[in-house]
Amino acid sequence: MERPLTEHIKQDGTALSLKEYEAVGGYQGLRNALKMSPADVMNAVKDSKLRGRGGAGFPTGVKWSFVPMGDNAPTPKYIVANGDEMEPGTFKDRLLIEGNPHQLIEGMIISAYAIGAGMSFIFLRWAYHEAADRITRALQEAYQAGYLGNNIMGSGFNLDMDLHTSVGRYICGEETALLNALEGKRANPRNKPPFPQVSGLFGKPTIVNNVETFCNIPHILAKGAEWYISLSRSEGGGGTKLYGASGKVKRPAIWELPLGTTLGEIFEEHAGGMLEGYQLRGLLPGGASTDFLTPDHMDIKMDFESVAKAGSRMGTGTIIVMDDKTCPIGMCLNLENFFAQESCGWCTPCREGLPWTAKILLALEEGKGKPEDIDHLTFQTHYNAPGNTFCALAPGAMEPLQSALKYFREDFDEHINTHRCKYHN
Amino acid sequence: MAKVFIDNKEYEVPNGKNMLEVCLSLGMDLTYFCWHPAMHSVGACRQCAVTQYRDENDTRGKLTMACMLDANEGTRISILDQKSKDFRAGNIEALMINHPHDCPVCDEGGECHLQDMTVMSGHNYRRYRFKKRTHLNQDLGPFIKHEMNRCIQCYRCVRFYNDYAGGKDFGVFASSGRVYFGRSESGTLESEFSGNLVEVCPTGVFTDKTLHKHYTRKWDLTSAPSVCHQCSVGCNTLASERYGGLRRIMTRYNGDVNGYFLCDRGRFGYEYVNDEKRLTRAAQKENTSGPEAFASVRKHLASSPKMIGIGSPRASLESNFMLKQLVGAENFYQGIPGTEAGAVNTVLEVLQNGKVKTPSLKEIESYDTIFILGEDLTNAAPRIALSLRQAAKNLPREKAYALRIQTWNDAAIREVVQGETGPFFVATPYATKLEDIATSSFHGDTSSLVSLGKKIAAHIRKGEQGLANHDEETGFASATAKALSSSQKPLIVSGTGMMSKAIIRVAASIAGALKEAGKEPGLVFAVPEANSMGLSMMGAAGALEEAADRVAKENDITAVVLETDLFYRTDKNTATGFLNRCQKTILLDTLENQTTPEVDFILPAGTFAESDGTLVNNEGRAQRYYQVFQPKNEMKSSWAWLDMMIHNTEDARPFDAIVSEMAEHIPAFDKIKTLAPAADYRIGTQRIPRQTHRFSGRTSINANVSVHEPKPPVDKDSPLSYTMEGYQGQPPSADIPYYWSPGWNSIQSINKYQIEVGGELHGGNPGIRLIEPQEDGATVFEENIVSAGKGRFEILPAWDIFGSGEMSALSPAVAKRIPEAAVSVSEKALQGSGLSGAEKIRINYHSGDIVLPVKVDNSLPDNVLLFPKGFKETAGMQFPLYGDIAGV
Repeated sequence: MERPLTEHIKQDGTALSLKEYEAVGGYQGLRNALKMSPADVMNAVKDSKLRGRGGAGFPTGVKWSFVPMGDNAPTPKYIVANGDEMEPGTFKDRLLIEGNPHQLIEGMIISAYAIGAGMSFIFLRWAYHEAADRITRALQEAYQAGYLGNNIMGSGFNLDMDLHTSVGRYICGEETALLNALEGKRANPRNKPPFPQVSGLFGKPTIVNNVETFCNIPHILAKGAEWYISLSRSEGGGGTKLYGASGKVKRPAIWELPLGTTLGEIFEEHAGGMLEGYQLRGLLPGGASTDFLTPDHMDIKMDFESVAKAGSRMGTGTIIVMDDKTCPIGMCLNLENFFAQESCGWCTPCREGLPWTAKILLALEEGKGKPEDIDHLTFQTHYNAPGNTFCALAPGAMEPLQSALKYFREDFDEHINTHRCKYHN
Repeated sequence: MAKVFIDNKEYEVPNGKNMLEVCLSLGMDLTYFCWHPAMHSVGACRQCAVTQYRDENDTRGKLTMACMLDANEGTRISILDQKSKDFRAGNIEALMINHPHDCPVCDEGGECHLQDMTVMSGHNYRRYRFKKRTHLNQDLGPFIKHEMNRCIQCYRCVRFYNDYAGGKDFGVFASSGRVYFGRSESGTLESEFSGNLVEVCPTGVFTDKTLHKHYTRKWDLTSAPSVCHQCSVGCNTLASERYGGLRRIMTRYNGDVNGYFLCDRGRFGYEYVNDEKRLTRAAQKENTSGPEAFASVRKHLASSPKMIGIGSPRASLESNFMLKQLVGAENFYQGIPGTEAGAVNTVLEVLQNGKVKTPSLKEIESYDTIFILGEDLTNAAPRIALSLRQAAKNLPREKAYALRIQTWNDAAIREVVQGETGPFFVATPYATKLEDIATSSFHGDTSSLVSLGKKIAAHIRKGEQGLANHDEETGFASATAKALSSSQKPLIVSGTGMMSKAIIRVAASIAGALKEAGKEPGLVFAVPEANSMGLSMMGAAGALEEAADRVAKENDITAVVLETDLFYRTDKNTATGFLNRCQKTILLDTLENQTTPEVDFILPAGTFAESDGTLVNNEGRAQRYYQVFQPKNEMKSSWAWLDMMIHNTEDARPFDAIVSEMAEHIPAFDKIKTLAPAADYRIGTQRIPRQTHRFSGRTSINANVSVHEPKPPVDKDSPLSYTMEGYQGQPPSADIPYYWSPGWNSIQSINKYQIEVGGELHGGNPGIRLIEPQEDGATVFEENIVSAGKGRFEILPAWDIFGSGEMSALSPAVAKRIPEAAVSVSEKALQGSGLSGAEKIRINYHSGDIVLPVKVDNSLPDNVLLFPKGFKETAGMQFPLYGDIAGV
């Protein structure tokens, strides 16, 4: 089983230096790309069926193809790596950045070449101090080696790259809010259209991709689209995927596995199943803003289509496991408190609806729930549905709640009827 | 036109609109908060949700925001379906969870958009049972009261204050349900347009602090359509009174003029009307007052004295005209210094004889390349500055339109435009506020600005070879000329700010050159006062200097002084000399001032609140204003006193008779007869009520005296009544005393008075333009030679929005905003005189000297000083002065 993204990451927890990266074939993808035309690079990525790893799963090559090309296209264009990674339960980008920062940088340089960008930014989560240090070092190395700057490797292609450490808002993971933050403005999501590919950072064409997405690019260019597709076990996309698990499992960790590995395989074989004394009650398959799945869903493939068919989303592919000794309402409360706090405050349903939801859940936990609260929570899940809000934050926030109401309804009722939470003594 | 379907009914609607605009323009009721007709759509509040259907077979539909939905051919929505109705009600419920239940004690109550929308949405019972979030409020200065707990986070305030008006000291803080709108710390809002927050805010977060000081419920106000008297722009206002006191000023929408917005001088500068120094009784020096005083005036006039009249730029056309009738055309003088009269007359001359159009305020917003010569618009005519800020956005927005983004999609446009502004060039003596959006700026004294203007005109006519040498001035001239020449709609803005005829003429020549080059240029001039243009159009035998000469030569003259404080208009010696040499002086004015103790007779005149009249604004637009209330004392419109003096009567003829007589005598004013409905105009048999039908408690105030209702006063000068009785529908557009429509109690009910929202009023926007460009008009105006006086420094006026208005400066809230009177001077000039670091300096000029604190302004040329214009300390100074500086 090939693990192109993580196989070279060292077990001692240190980052690959430039030399080490080059020794294992690093920057070969870039060398190949610079011999190709930008259009060919873009086509190679399209052919690879690479889909965005941030959660939405949009085909990367297609996204790039919306960028205006040619002599009349606006300049400068921008490449931005979304390393905000504030989705609860998600830590895959951290592994990639800390373990192999040059892989990200190389992916971004190739992407910049494909769309003709002259400037690029790595937008990093505020708490990732170690990652920031490693990126800074790697950028220095890349500049010194001529992978960044003017006339990269004699190709005539110029690219600069900067690290921007965020001040820490979940909403910065939303690509247009990220752009506002990068411009020094309030991190509110922007209206779409115009899409960032046409009018993004500072009003110029911009591609924002997730860190993991960029990390796939060098390998596609080094080994070809066909090889890349062959890595996957899914019809819906090529490559491997970083899956993870957290919660009361035996081996919480991150694994690079073929896209489309089944949930059961990840949970049983890789995570090792539940710790002794705990039963699996449900899990969020791809971070906090995805619907619960249950032990009945172990056969589904972890790819975009299959998880959607099961009523959830693959999201970031990092599973949060809920055991039988954790209160589902308490877990929802914890999540909704997070989302309520992280609402940017722009649109009404999110700004007012999420705090209200969190307060009801708190009341339930404190034994102050009322029978009509169930209806109201259901109302909130409809009120904050996609399309009703300005961006996807609030609909995402409703996903764990709406599925909890579906799968763990008896716990809600019990809280209301007994005026207490049985999980807290 | 596009065919759209709303609840299965077909409508033809103009292209390029969104569905919220369409619904509102069709007269439908659809709830909204964040959308504003002048600031358009951002999709934040989600309150205008409707159900959109793909086609007639789609029965499910999906929720979408009407304000973000293109009214394309075939667009199909429902606003009556249960799904979208439930969502809108639910949305209100959600945004009310933190809103206090304080309507009964809220300043906004009764004209609150949030109240209206809540009722409209059908939401009534709130399920939220938890603690509300609370905020600390800020002291935002003398104009605006802040109550953040009422905020529903529609973001209109910050969009207006920062994005629309260019403010920088206001913002949005925090996130989630804690979002806060205010300043980074307590302090006076610095924007000149902060008062608009009162109207932009859909609820009671930002309210009028001056109204709060003498609060009354909005439905208990008696209101009349008025025109702002505080500068030359002539913004339309609604002035409201209760119990004999003026309570507030609000915007009266005029699609051609001010639209939805006013400046802070106009909005808050009304309180002088309530000043305890108001003249309320006729008086004469021998101390007899009341009817006897006026009888004495009549007796004196019966002796046919030799008379001269001093007209006023702050009095109505009718008052000035009646004064002219009283004293005779050859004896009618403008009550302003010759320099000012010369400048205003020059503006009139170039507009009347020129080939270039002077656009309305609304039209200013359609030009894309701007050049300002010599004028500090933010201080002299603030509302023009606000329009120029919009004009500067036009060219960059083309980029967004090229991406097929609609003009209403403000959120999307701003992402593309990124705060970029279009070509905007400013050449003034000192750095003005509009320079924050300027492409380039230049500072110079009068002669260098005139020379710069000539170079620009020459460059437009002849290209680069039109310019001889190459220095900073030429570089600026060349860049400006190129930008102006490459635009189809360039705008030249100047005015009387520097009191220079040459500046005005050279500005007109630049516009003329652009016209010759086949462009459609506009030419805007700011003039000093509300009726400066009207006074100039009236024609006069001269200015104050000529009047003074006259009384110096002839010692038996009776001077009739109309709404003029001679000590404000000219220096002390001239004023005293004039008053001493007149045999008798009759003053008609509104407030005690330095002139009042010196005259023989005083007749108490009404301010804009107590009189009717017509003003001509800087654009040459005649506009009618109406008496708000009949004061319970002897105040009358000045024209009424003058009419009684002419005809030796105890009662004046009706206003319409005066207007007819004026139209007959002065052909330029002929159109004024049709400016507004005549006093006998009725709708059916009904008058237009100044009070809303919601007016309450009209009998209770005097109930301790008598429970019988007194007969209301009758208005013989207009079709408006002083009561709540009358026609309850929409009056003619010139006669709208308040806005109200069923379900729409707030100022947002303007929607219902417009043909299409944000557009023209039903029946046309009021006002008539009296000056139009001439087909065969001039394009070149020879510039007068700038003759400098003696002294190292040219002393120019520095205009101040709050300090430079003679009357508005007397309003307590405005007075708090007036800066200390100081002389502005560059550090280099101070060094040159060995005065570096001096806190105060003495300035010697030809007719006197003054000691003023120093305000270092390094944007000034080294040979220019600035004195604050029209401050107490500098009243009566005639700019430009020339002089030197010395230590104290």
